[in-house]
Amino acid sequence: MATEILDARAPGRIPVVERPDGPAGRGPIAHGDDGGGPSAAFDPAQFGLWAFLGTVTMLFIGFTSAYIVRRTGMDWRPLPLPRLLWWNTAALLLSSVALEVARRRRAALDLSGLRVWLGATALMAGLFVAGQFQAWRVLRALGFFLSSNPHSSFFYMLSGVHLFHLGGGLVWFALVLFRLRGARYAPAAGGRTLSLFATYWHFLGLLWVYVLFLIFVF
Amino acid sequence: MEGEERMAHTEAHAAEAHAHDHAPTAFIWKYVFSKDHKVIGIQYYVTAMLMALIAGLLAMLIRVQLAWPEVNWGIIGKLLPMGFQGGDGQPYVMNPEFYAMLFTMHGTIMVFFVLSTAPVSGFGNLLIPLQVGARDMAFPFLNGLSFWTFFCGCVTILTSFFVGAGAAAGGWTSYPPLSALRGAVPGSQIGQTFWIIAMVFFIASFTMGGLNFVTTIINLRTKGLSLLRMPLTLWSMFLVAILGLLAFPALTGASLMLLLDRHFGTSFFLPTGLVLNNAPMVGANGQFVHQGGSPLLWQHLFWFLGHPEVYILMLPALGFTSDILTTFCRKALFGYKAMVGAMIAISGLSFIVWGHHMFVSGMNPHLAMAFAVGTILIAVPSAVKVFNWLATLWQSRIQYKTPMLWGMGVVSLFISGGLSGVWLGQSAPDIQLHDTFFVVAHFHLIMAGAALFGVFGATAMWFPKMFGRLMNDTLGKWHFWFTFVTYYGTFFPMHYIGLAGHMRRIYDPYQYEFLKNLAPLNHFITISALILGASQIIFFVNFFWSAFKGQKATENPWNANGLEWTTSSPPPHGNWPGAIPEVHRWPYEYSNPSAPKDFVMQHEPPLAVESGH
Amino acid sequence: MAKLQGLLFGLATLVLVVVATFYFTKTWLPPLKSDRIAIDHALAITLAVTGLVFIVTNLMLAWFGYAYQDGPGAKAAYWHDSPRLEMTWTLVTAGILAIFLFNALSLWAKVTAPPPADAVLIEVTGQQFAWNVRYPGKDGVLGKTDHLQASQDNPIGLVKDDPASKDDLLLLNQIYLPKDKPVRVQVRSMDVIHSFFLPNFRVKQDAMPGMTIDIWFTPTELGDFEIACAEHCGLGHYRMRGAVHVVPAADLEKTVAEAAQ
Repeated sequence: MATEILDARAPGRIPVVERPDGPAGRGPIAHGDDGGGPSAAFDPAQFGLWAFLGTVTMLFIGFTSAYIVRRTGMDWRPLPLPRLLWWNTAALLLSSVALEVARRRRAALDLSGLRVWLGATALMAGLFVAGQFQAWRVLRALGFFLSSNPHSSFFYMLSGVHLFHLGGGLVWFALVLFRLRGARYAPAAGGRTLSLFATYWHFLGLLWVYVLFLIFVF
Repeated sequence: MEGEERMAHTEAHAAEAHAHDHAPTAFIWKYVFSKDHKVIGIQYYVTAMLMALIAGLLAMLIRVQLAWPEVNWGIIGKLLPMGFQGGDGQPYVMNPEFYAMLFTMHGTIMVFFVLSTAPVSGFGNLLIPLQVGARDMAFPFLNGLSFWTFFCGCVTILTSFFVGAGAAAGGWTSYPPLSALRGAVPGSQIGQTFWIIAMVFFIASFTMGGLNFVTTIINLRTKGLSLLRMPLTLWSMFLVAILGLLAFPALTGASLMLLLDRHFGTSFFLPTGLVLNNAPMVGANGQFVHQGGSPLLWQHLFWFLGHPEVYILMLPALGFTSDILTTFCRKALFGYKAMVGAMIAISGLSFIVWGHHMFVSGMNPHLAMAFAVGTILIAVPSAVKVFNWLATLWQSRIQYKTPMLWGMGVVSLFISGGLSGVWLGQSAPDIQLHDTFFVVAHFHLIMAGAALFGVFGATAMWFPKMFGRLMNDTLGKWHFWFTFVTYYGTFFPMHYIGLAGHMRRIYDPYQYEFLKNLAPLNHFITISALILGASQIIFFVNFFWSAFKGQKATENPWNANGLEWTTSSPPPHGNWPGAIPEVHRWPYEYSNPSAPKDFVMQHEPPLAVESGH
Repeated sequence: MAKLQGLLFGLATLVLVVVATFYFTKTWLPPLKSDRIAIDHALAITLAVTGLVFIVTNLMLAWFGYAYQDGPGAKAAYWHDSPRLEMTWTLVTAGILAIFLFNALSLWAKVTAPPPADAVLIEVTGQQFAWNVRYPGKDGVLGKTDHLQASQDNPIGLVKDDPASKDDLLLLNQIYLPKDKPVRVQVRSMDVIHSFFLPNFRVKQDAMPGMTIDIWFTPTELGDFEIACAEHCGLGHYRMRGAVHVVPAADLEKTVAEAAQ
């Protein structure tokens, strides 16, 4: 349907412009069913999660900038890296791998396989958490506490904040397991639930690798 | 037969489940732990207004003290023994530590618990689903959770007055070492810890809200509502949510580090060599307890949030104003794309100017230069907004209902407050003006004033969608005039005393010779402030009376164009009883000569002649 | 009186413009006693330009608010875009602000430039709630300080054993400045952040614990003035007042030595 663009300054009419009946301007529009419905082609929950991951990333960027500035200080004494942390890292990354396998088992409608690999995820996650607490104990035994020196302060704080977010992830994991319990579950819903959780869980794994890198390698 | 029965049964079940899924009936799920964005918006709004009452009273106490430091506080002193000394025949005098708590808490409560809340969480929640054409926000449960988290923050911050040695007293900016050393000022005992906890609650709540805002605006717009057809209110909420999501983490991190410095012996912000009351702060080993930290680090992190934060306060008012002005002057918004571009530019630039709060802090002077550049530049999009509003008003047809007065007020305050920013943004003149009342004038006019007037305008405008009634227009006008005049009367003279060197956060300025002659101006300011405070009674009366007894409102009492005006006042559960309308144009189609009426709503079918938006 | 509100708004805005202009053109800045006149000039120019913008935009707002009110037969124009107008006012604003920016940055570079070699050295150390002022004495060198040695009798932790400390002169809440000679002040703090503010000299520098920050300026007139603290530092922030005495440069050493007794 053609429409005209009226310009109050133009004395008469100006040439007709073909304008299809639809949205002007650009922007992701999808067609809803009753006129409403999502205006973007992607899942709102996934979008919201990515926005949240942006916020968490900004938190660690803030810590990073504080860390980089602090490192130039005179009293910097490097922290020893307990070897246990490598094992913890492996456990966390393996938990992500296990989670991915679990997702593929679910997609293949392999219920028992799903259960096994979710169990493996939980096990690896538990090992990571226990390992982190143990690593702190190791450092304390070596005489490095939260307030000992700036390097140790940052390590305890960053690993603590990471573990706090991981704790939230574990609560979420428990909810996911609860939702996927039993023999009867809706494959589609389960897929969405798992994929959302997996995004967060993998993010936590990458975040931990970053923390390790920042504190001990950078 | 059986199959049909089962079908019907299933359908009935589904319908029942559907109905049950909607409109909660029990009071507690309907009005207390609600997931409905309209209820949550009102909850936020009312809580914020109550917090404003408290923070406003704190300001009245500050003003009386500043004008008459020698005054006998009498009955007030008796009622608040934690803040005053006296009695037994002695006049009641305010304690300096109480004064420090007053300005700290006035700032903290106003910035976070009032002005980040009422316009953003209050009106954002109320309006976003209605203006985008959605049944509710993307995450209703998270939304309800965000309000109650905010509420916990309110309780925490108010409780802090009554714990230990009182509320935080290091300024709303909580600069360490003052805020980090428990012995530096009484408020830095447990009160400052409560401040930190309240902030964590607040930030968590604001983050949850931000996720909802951003997701709803991107994902749940109705058919035909492209981004460049959104009302500026929506744009402002969108940008504010992004600002919050990206900027607040800096304060989260800084707050955690401050907590660790305060209670766990770390030294993020505390340098070596601290000597408190002539006693070096050493531990058992004779070494300083804290070593190597930097107070400047706190300032960088705080203001990295702090600057976007003040735009979070101001942007919604700018959005409201565009919607209000166009509705009540019956003319299309001038320069829609420029207005959107200006808001985006302001938002983006707001991330690179934070150092202008720190020009005299001792930071690297070259860094200071970089910040001055962004600061001066941000005046450009701000000016563009003013020019576009003026162009909108030109040859318009103004109907002076209450919302319009507030909208005009925002423009006025934006001009006044914005121009003083040009003074402060130049780093060398700022040497003279930093930490004086010139700064106080600047941010009260542009930030607090614009936000406050924006909230009042939005309240009058969207009251029908909150309570299904209209606010009393006569009372509204009296409220506006008293507020407008006394607001300027309170804050404009602060420019002068600031130029004269009057510092901020001063319990008794007349200790200084060079400030003694400013007493009459302080008197004038205080009297204006007291009348300003008292005038708000008109608003509270109007608000609560109208909510219950106000004239019932139709769907679209202002003949406005947005989607929120296509449904009843207030909207039902699910916002539209039937299908959600589709959008065919921008929301500013007013006085199109080819249209039958002087407004064409967004959802009306396409005209033969359109604006091209 | 159908047009009352618009009239009121127009009048109120007009009153604001008149009152603001009247008061802003008065002299508020404390009398200038230093060489930082460029700051006063910058403020004056800023007043002129922002003042003009303030007057013009407010007059427009007042007029539009009054003149374009609804009435019988009133029609609003249908005009909502003009790329040329947008471009014009954006570029003009940016141009004016660019000039401001350039001047501001040059001025800042001058103010923050290193002090001249012949500047008189003074150290000011803020603490809760006093200004400790120290002169290097005849050797021209400030003695070392060690905060571990701070005490009631030695508030800045002066290392008494350091030979350079022996002739250091200590004053409390008093500072003596030489007329027409540059002064270099090293600003420090013992505890929390303070701010060394000399209103008459256009000098303000935050005193940051853990840092020593250099500023310099040249006093240009004799007289007695005040030091104020311009950063909230606790209970006594409001009474962290000091005295500035500008004396003839030749008399400085003698005057300080006498005052330090």
